[in-house]
Parts: sequence; structure tokens; C-alpha cells
Amino acid sequence: MFSSIRSRIIIIVILALACVWSLRPTTVKVTKVVDGRPVDTTEILYKPALGLDLQGGMHLALELDQSRTVSSDPARDLDLALTVLRKRIDEFGVAEPLIQKIGKERIVVELPGVRDPARAVAIVQRTAALEFRITDETSALDKALPAMDRALRQLGVKAGPGQQEDQSAVQQLLGGDSTKKDSTGDSTKATAQDTTPLIGGVLSSLIRPGSEVGLQPMPGEYAVPQQATARADSLLRLPEVARLMPRGVTWRWSAAPISIGAQPYQLLYILEDEVMITGTSLVDAQAQLDQVTQGAIVTFQLDRAGGRIFSRKTAAHVNDYMAIILDDRVQGRPPVIQSQIGRSGQITLGNKTIQEAQDLALTLKAGALPIPLKIVDRREVGPSLGADSIRGGITAGVVGTILVILIMVIYYKASGALAVGALALYVLFALGGLAMIDATMTLPGLAGLVLSIGIAVDANVLIFERIREELVHGKTVRLAIDDGFKHAMNAIVDSNVSAVLTALFLFQFGTGPVKGFAITLIMGIAASMVTAIFVTRTFYMIWLERKPGMSTLSI
Amino acid sequence: MIRLFANANYDFISYRWKAIWATVIIVIPGLLLLLIRGLNYSIEFTGGTLVQIESPRPLNVADLRTGLDRNGIPGSEITEFGSSQEFVVRARLQREGVDPNNTQETAGAVTAALQKVLGAGGATCLERAPTGTEPWCVKRTEAVGPKVGGELRQKAFLAIFLSFFAVLAYLAYRFEWRFGLAAVIATAHDIVATIAFIAVLHLEVSLVVVAAILSMVGYSLNDTIIIFDRVRENLRKMKRESFITVLNRSINETLPRSVLTHGTTLSSLLALTIFGGEVIRPFALVMFFGVFTGTFSSIFIASPVLMWIERKWPGVAARGLKPDKAAPAPSRKPQPEPVSSKR
Repeated sequence: MFSSIRSRIIIIVILALACVWSLRPTTVKVTKVVDGRPVDTTEILYKPALGLDLQGGMHLALELDQSRTVSSDPARDLDLALTVLRKRIDEFGVAEPLIQKIGKERIVVELPGVRDPARAVAIVQRTAALEFRITDETSALDKALPAMDRALRQLGVKAGPGQQEDQSAVQQLLGGDSTKKDSTGDSTKATAQDTTPLIGGVLSSLIRPGSEVGLQPMPGEYAVPQQATARADSLLRLPEVARLMPRGVTWRWSAAPISIGAQPYQLLYILEDEVMITGTSLVDAQAQLDQVTQGAIVTFQLDRAGGRIFSRKTAAHVNDYMAIILDDRVQGRPPVIQSQIGRSGQITLGNKTIQEAQDLALTLKAGALPIPLKIVDRREVGPSLGADSIRGGITAGVVGTILVILIMVIYYKASGALAVGALALYVLFALGGLAMIDATMTLPGLAGLVLSIGIAVDANVLIFERIREELVHGKTVRLAIDDGFKHAMNAIVDSNVSAVLTALFLFQFGTGPVKGFAITLIMGIAASMVTAIFVTRTFYMIWLERKPGMSTLSI
Repeated sequence: MIRLFANANYDFISYRWKAIWATVIIVIPGLLLLLIRGLNYSIEFTGGTLVQIESPRPLNVADLRTGLDRNGIPGSEITEFGSSQEFVVRARLQREGVDPNNTQETAGAVTAALQKVLGAGGATCLERAPTGTEPWCVKRTEAVGPKVGGELRQKAFLAIFLSFFAVLAYLAYRFEWRFGLAAVIATAHDIVATIAFIAVLHLEVSLVVVAAILSMVGYSLNDTIIIFDRVRENLRKMKRESFITVLNRSINETLPRSVLTHGTTLSSLLALTIFGGEVIRPFALVMFFGVFTGTFSSIFIASPVLMWIERKWPGVAARGLKPDKAAPAPSRKPQPEPVSSKR
């Protein structure tokens, strides 16, 4: 079928059309959450798709963070986390995201075109473990504090020092929620103020019932000056102290500090061990603005079974305070349960933006991560750098191509022009082939493509040199061309196969950008073989048919 | 018609010792430097944080460095990236209480320190560079845990090593083991020479550079194979000639092709080096060197090694007595090929 010129031309045209077809831009529908409502937008996708390093975006590799909680079944937890992340990113609205498990302990998330990386990281990394607990009404901490202080005195822990050093740690602990104003002045004042009245009790000087600092009385609520939070936290975590915490209760910090007068306080809540309900029973969550306070709130719906349990438990706790705990932080001041609560409720978020509320609603709906995740590899490329790279790559490609064309035409004359025609088809085939297999074009890939333009003519050069040799040996033009192609074939196949082999290893070991390079290289080699062997040959056949009696060849 | 080296007849093989000495003289200092200074691995391989920032006004590298030193990021590596408003900061954070594998913490520390030095800012750069009073912005962030980096390094070495054996196996199948061995020894030479080159220039070894080394391997092999293909063909034709004559003849016959292909490849690489941008430049540089060392090794390493192997273990197959299964039998002309007269 390859013998007649017509069938060859048809094949080339079909190949070219297929490549053009696969290179056409497509549109994709993406649902984005804008102001609490899902909005369908269409985005244009160009082919071959651009990698993160060219269009900008974010690449994250995540592993289970077992520094606080140890997973009992890491494999299952990772799979669970994968499902949760898929749902979250689906809701987040990114065109063509990639969420994939790599090996046994890693999840890779790629989000092209993300403009706000901090927000994307928060959505991916937030554990979103929601739970409701009743505040302790047995004054458990009041009773335990003296014993704790005695234990600390035996350990030689003194009040006062160490508070200032922990300053930065406090801010880290609070997730950067607090404004980063310099609070050294406050801190020294507070230290003096706190240590003087209660000499002796380290913890009891730091931790005081909320009512004593001017809060409306609530059982189980304590206030700690914000700058002393890290110290109180580390003291409470000491095994000698933790041992003395009464059974049946647990403690949690508030999510944001509260200011009384000029002094910000972090609130410490002593809570019942028994959880009323957790986020696993949640079926829907929406962000809203509170009608009265204009603050952001998240309303939620529980499933049927969860609703039954919740209403039964809240009925038993009317007039008690219920803390809403998200990722081990108490959200807002616990509200009073005024009556039995059914399937729906709301979380008040304090001074957060509606966007943050939306992101929280999104993560709550998608479900909690079984174990916190840590990011072991994070790469972000801004859209401007990507644009620079594309521009540079295209300029290099154009200049490189012009140089190659000049060399070929000057050296091989008309035959060189044939090779240039084949080179144009080569670029089309390589790009089209990449689009067909849904490969992504990365920056190294772009470099590989530019490089391969130089290498692609190698097959042509081999053939032309052979034809020249045959002509020198006195063969006719037609025979020289036939034999030239035939004899060059071995070298072309062998050299290309070994190049593909090394590219395959590159593909195997590389991450995103390098994989893109390997694919471009392989596709380039394949395309160059097709164009050099098949297309150039066809051009010669057409040429010979037009001029059957050609006695000299322009080569 | 222009024909470069049309009837070239250089006695390449007789220069083999000089060539090998030249290699040794170039490679040894590079390897010594490698031992003393080590390779400059990128943070992809060592773990750490890279932040590329763009500032609305020109900055001074020294100021930036002392500022970061003072704010808890000691010993960071800061390089200007194209202009005095664009910088790459590389930090390898080793601090008590910070899990280096938790890149959230390490990258956060670098951004916080930058905010202390440069003021508020640190959002992702959009299409336009910041000007006037606009805050500084981040063009690129890479935060890699040492664990991921270590794995990557291991994989890179494995890839280079395994590709070796795959090529050896393929060449052994297509030619025969003597050719395969000679080609792989030449390739080993290329890799060692390239690593020495990287050590001398103190180029940063990133994933892209490893990609360049592997493609350089492919390119150099390509060259060797094309010469060997000629050798195999000429061995069948020139049964009465000595092995050295066959080798020299094959190298000379493929010389025009080599010149042309290297010419086009180098012009592509030149375009990449000049226009491709900072990220791609190391790749282009390594490939540039690779083209030269690849050409050199195909002629002066692969061919003499093949000769020595042939001397030590003379084989019938190498002399073309065994019919080659894989390659179609070339249509042989009855009269002997004209051999150009020796000088």
C-alpha cells in the first residue's frame, strides 16, 4: 500500500489532519464556588496541555503526619485521605486537577493555574475533624490545679521566665490567626501582673477561670494570657501534669484569642470526654453571613441517624454549654443548648471572611481526613514565570529552527528544502502525537522539543549522505535514492531505539517536568522517523515522477 | 554540491593514546574538584526551600543575605536571577523542633523571614511585575523534604545505571557483545567527563541536569552506533583489510554526517542557551558539552576499545562471517568498493 504515490500522500494527509484535530483547543466546564454559590464556568484547554511549570500552579506531595496521632492502619487511612482530597478539590473547582497515590505512602496533588496557593494548601491540608462536646461542669480542673502545681514545684518549674521566648511559638501554634503586632511590652506587663498576686502556683497563676477575668461565667472555661499560652500548653502536656488531669475530661484551646480590655486571652476549655457527635454524620454544610452580627457562619445538616443521636443527646443536656471543636480548636464561645437540637445547626466563626467560611464548609462537606497530612514536597510556579518560560522556549525554538533550515538548505540545496518541508511536518506530528496521548508539555519538554529539531534532521542527514555516496559510486539518481534509503535504515533504527531506551528510563524515574521531557523525546524520535523515512521518501517520489529523466540530483 | 570531509582519510586510531591522555588531563582535575568540593545538588535532591521573588525595586544580594541571617535563616544561598529585582533564595533549614520533612514549616519560616526583611508581601506574582509601592511577590516556590530528595537522588542514579544495561543488552542483540561493551565504555567515559565538567563549573545538579546527562548519553550512543554500523558493514566488505583500516575508514565515511548533525544540534542548543531562559540554561550547557564529548568518545574511545576487545577476544561474528539475522542483507555489488588511496 506504500508503493503508490497517491496512497502515500493520503496517509500523510490523514496523519496531518489527525494531528491538527488533536491539537484543537477544547473547553471544559468547571464548577467554582463564588460567594457561596456554585458557578459553572467554561475554561479553554489548549493542547498539548501545559505543565505546572509553564502555566503556573501547585504541586504537593503529602504523607500521613503521625507525629501526634499514630495511624493504626496507614494504608487504609491513606486511601481514605485520597477520597476526601478528591471530593474537596472537586468542590474547590480547578480545571484538570491531578490527585494520585504514589507508592504506598504518598499522595500527589497537582492544581494547575492556582492563584492563591495559601488557600489551596489550607483546603488540602485541613483535617476538618468536627466534634461537639459538653463543657465540664464538675470543676475538674479547679480541683486538680493545686496537685499539678505541687508536681511542677517538685520538678523545679518556676513561674515567670520562659514566657517571652515562647512568643513566636505561640503565634505558630495559633496558626497565625493573631495579628503579628509586637507584644513584648504587653508581655512584660502581664508577667509582672500575673506572678505577683499568686506566688507558688505556676499553673494556677496562668490559668484562671473565665469569670475571674471578666467573662460571663461558664463552667469549664478558663482564660490564659495570650503570650503565656505556649508555656501553659507545654506544662499541661508534661507527663507528670497530664497524669493529674481527672478522668472523664479532656482539654482544648480556643481557635482565636479574645480581648478583655487591652489584654488578649486564649481560652482553655475543659470538656467531657464523651463526644456528642462528629463530622462523619454531616451531609451538608453551607457558608452564610449571620443576619444579626454580619459575621461568617457555617450551617450544617446531619444525616438521619446522626440527627437522631444528636437530638437525643442534646435533649439530655439542655441548659449545658456545648463546644464546637474543629481540628482540636474550640470555635467561638460554646453556646448554651436551649432546647433539643435536630439535624441542623450552625458554627459561628468569629472574624473570618466569607471565603474562609466557604472553604471550611467545603472541607466539612467533603469529610475529615483520618489523620493529619504533612506536605513533604511543595512546588509552586507563578503564572508570570511560566509565561516567561513559554516565551523563551518559543523564541529559542524559532531561532533554532531557522538555523537548522539555513544549514540544511545551504548544504543540501533542493534536497535540504525537502528536509525542511519534512521538518515542518515533524513539528506538527510531534505536537499532535503529544496531544493524542494526553501528554503535558513541561519546560524541560519544551527544551527537548527545541533540541529535537536539531536532532530530527539526523535521519535526513544519514539518508542524504548515503544517497551522495551512492551517486559518487555512479548510480543513477533513482537507484541512488532507493539504495540510500535502504542502507541508511539500519543506522537510523539502531540509533533511535537506543535513544528511546534511555528516554524510557528517564520517564521511569522522573517527576512531572522530567517525565514531560522524556515523553517529548520519545514522541520526537517517533515523529522524526516517520518524517525522515516516509515523508521525505514520498517527496522524492513526487519529484522523480515530475522529472522522470533527472540525471543529476540537487543534494 | 558542498561536501565537507568528502574523501577524508584521517588516521584517527593512531591518535588514540594522545586522545586518551587528553581526556585524563581534563577529567582528573574535575574529579579531584568533585572529591574536594562535592557536587552542588539542587534542593530537589538535598531537601530545602527555594523561593524565587520579584521585588518592585532593585535589591542588594548582601543586604538580603544579612537580613535573612538575622531572621533565623542562616547560610542561605541567594542568587540574582536575570535582573537586580529578581532573586532566588535557597535555604536548607536545620533547626531544633522543626521537622525538615514538614515543608509547611520550613517554607513558612523562609517566607516569614523574607517578610521581616522586605516588608509585607509574598503573594503569587501575577502576569505583571510589581512596580513602585506594590509588595514583593513570589514567582516560584519549591519546598522539598530531605526524604523526598533522598529518594529522588537514588532514583536518578538508578536510572543512569539501568539505562546502561538496557543499552548494552540492545547493542548485544543488534550487533554483538563486543560492540555493546565498547559503546558502553565510551558512554561511561561521557558520563564521567560530564560530571567532571559539572564539578568544574560548579553547576547546580537539578533534575533537569540529570535529564540532560541522560539525553547526552542517548545522543553520544547514537553517534557511536552510527560509526559501529559502518564498521559492521565495512567488515563484511573489506575482509582482507586490517581491523584498524576498517575502523579508520568507517569513521572517515561517517564524518560528513557527524559534522552536519552536530552542527544542527549545536545550533538548536545555542538558541536554547541564549533565548531559553535561566531555568533551561544548565540543561543547554550540559548538552552542549555532551555533544563534544560524545563525538570525541565515539571516535577516540569507542573505536579503539572495540579494537582492543577484538584483539583480545577475536570473534567470527565481528568479521562478518556469521550472517546478521536482524539486518536485511544489503544488496552487495559484485565489484569491490573503490577504496580511496591512503596518504
